[in-house]
Amino acid sequence: MSTEIVIALLAATVQSGTPILFATLGEILSEKSGVLNLGVEGVMILGALVGFVVARHSGNPLLAFVAAGLVGSAATAVHGPVCLWFQGNQVVSGLALTIFGVGLANYLGTAYIGTPAPGFSPVPLPGLSELPVLGPIFFNHDPLVYVSYLVPPLLWLFLHATRYGLGLRAAGEYPAAAVAAGLDVVAYRWLGVVGGGFFMGLGGAYLSLAYTHLWTSNLTAGRGWIAVALVIFAFWRPGRAVFGAYLFGGIMALQLRLQASGAQLPSSILLMLPYTLTVVVLVLSSWRKGSSDEPAALGVNVAPVD
Amino acid sequence: MSLLRIAKRQEPLGVGGSCCVLAAALALSLALAGVFLALGGTSPLSALSVLLHGAFGSRHALEDCVLKAIPIYLCALGVAVAFRLKIWNIGAEGQFALGAIGATWAALTFPELPKVALLPLMAAMAMAAGGLWGLVPAILRQRLRTNEIIVTLMMNYIAVLLLDYLVYGVWKDPTSFGFPMTPLFSDAAIIGRIGGTTINWGLAHGLVLGLLVWAFFRFTRTGFAVLAGGDNVRAARYAGLPYDRLVFLVMVASGALAGWAGFVEASATVNRLQPSIMVGYGYTAIVVAWLARLHPLAIGVAALLLAGLRVGVENLQLDLQVPAAFGGIIEGAILLTVLAGGFFTTYRFTRRKRP
Repeated sequence: MSTEIVIALLAATVQSGTPILFATLGEILSEKSGVLNLGVEGVMILGALVGFVVARHSGNPLLAFVAAGLVGSAATAVHGPVCLWFQGNQVVSGLALTIFGVGLANYLGTAYIGTPAPGFSPVPLPGLSELPVLGPIFFNHDPLVYVSYLVPPLLWLFLHATRYGLGLRAAGEYPAAAVAAGLDVVAYRWLGVVGGGFFMGLGGAYLSLAYTHLWTSNLTAGRGWIAVALVIFAFWRPGRAVFGAYLFGGIMALQLRLQASGAQLPSSILLMLPYTLTVVVLVLSSWRKGSSDEPAALGVNVAPVD
Repeated sequence: MSLLRIAKRQEPLGVGGSCCVLAAALALSLALAGVFLALGGTSPLSALSVLLHGAFGSRHALEDCVLKAIPIYLCALGVAVAFRLKIWNIGAEGQFALGAIGATWAALTFPELPKVALLPLMAAMAMAAGGLWGLVPAILRQRLRTNEIIVTLMMNYIAVLLLDYLVYGVWKDPTSFGFPMTPLFSDAAIIGRIGGTTINWGLAHGLVLGLLVWAFFRFTRTGFAVLAGGDNVRAARYAGLPYDRLVFLVMVASGALAGWAGFVEASATVNRLQPSIMVGYGYTAIVVAWLARLHPLAIGVAALLLAGLRVGVENLQLDLQVPAAFGGIIEGAILLTVLAGGFFTTYRFTRRKRP
């Protein structure tokens, strides 16, 4: 392979990794507060639809992107009452949210299949995009990719350098102690759930606004579930999430190239790659489980009795 | 300060109370679905009438409900077996696909066998393939501590693609004008219908397997061990229960039951293997199992209910052009409200006394 092909492939890797990165960071925020949210797939696809619809009607992709984030928050807010007030099982509630979200997005989106909408196109960053190798790979993308570069460090800072982040992590590690320290655990968990939903919505919107530029049913194709797996792979750390998201971006970009180049493998076998890789990645992460930052009270509800 | 305070119930809510909560949850879900229908420009009341009439209003409709309830029931039974041990098998959809693939392999390889030999062989292959698809995540979970939710889910995607690969490729019927499907099965490979109805003998399979699962948990030591292990893993380990083996057992059984559903669907309903048999029964099964609180008899009722919902939504699609995805909205809403309603079975509100 020539250098240009490799660079083009790596640039495509960053692009197809971006929606997964947003969703993974959202799930990290949620799980750090102690709430497992398996609704990522449903929330993402709602974000993708709302982003597309708002862009189509307003003509403003930036507005559409933010709207998708807000809808992501609103959708995960369904998870909140069920798990935070009514003590519902977090696994089942998340699954229900996925079934609900995918159904709702496909239902409302039927009218938009095959219609155009404005989206984001690449804007080379002045100066940085001139860099050899790194320029075309990282700095010749649409603005949303640049936004995604800022989120992991900001999320890390929030979690580790602010009192709200500390409170949120306490709610996920040891809720009883957090309550004893006078923290409102349920409020911190709400923050994690709804804040996480915002990023899941953004991840979905990236798909429809910058990646495919159109709406089809089942647009997310399991990316939400891959994000859930990546949180484990990332040991709940935003930095490692970047690495994981680009790993999947790479395999997806590679698979598209192979299909386009008319490889001998049937497309259904190539399409299996990301899902198989998810299983492989989970197996690999189990090797060093001791060094992970898994919240101790992940998935455990806080009883309401006073 | 709110006037109500939350207290734990001394005794769990009785049957009557539980039914009230369930009915309220269902009503709330339908109301929510009605709101979305209205948003989409369809009158909710006429839709409700079409849905109910389409699902339960005629003999043909009822038979269609039973037909759809059979695979949903078998998948839900499987899901429930795993959930009993608190193993999250979200993979019924993939195990269903593998079952259909296993049965199809037998049907295409031995078309000349007599019915008494071929149907059991197909069932065995379906159970083996589905069970294997359930065993892999179980082994990964116990040996490498991977998360079974994600592994079973990823294996759903892989199974559907494997099915696609087979029907678009090696198993494709050369006379199908390019449509992705296998040749029709031979007569010996087809599960017949009961009397003059459109319902197939898969119904009997479901009843027998349901009875077996019930008896397993009610009368056998291993069944009791599974229940104990599901209640408290650590205690079960201390008590010397072979926890790993229990996990393998329930996942194989779970996959085999879903696989059996795939066998019935391929053999009795479409008489061949084609991608259109994957309509999400494996996901509906999770809703059913949870709705029925994992009890085999209640799963039967819930399976009929959600099969009715599917048939009703098909009618909505035909009569009022409501997209098929509408069913997912109701299913998701039912699961969410039932889950939230579970709160009232363990807690109650009491009036706060004035200080």
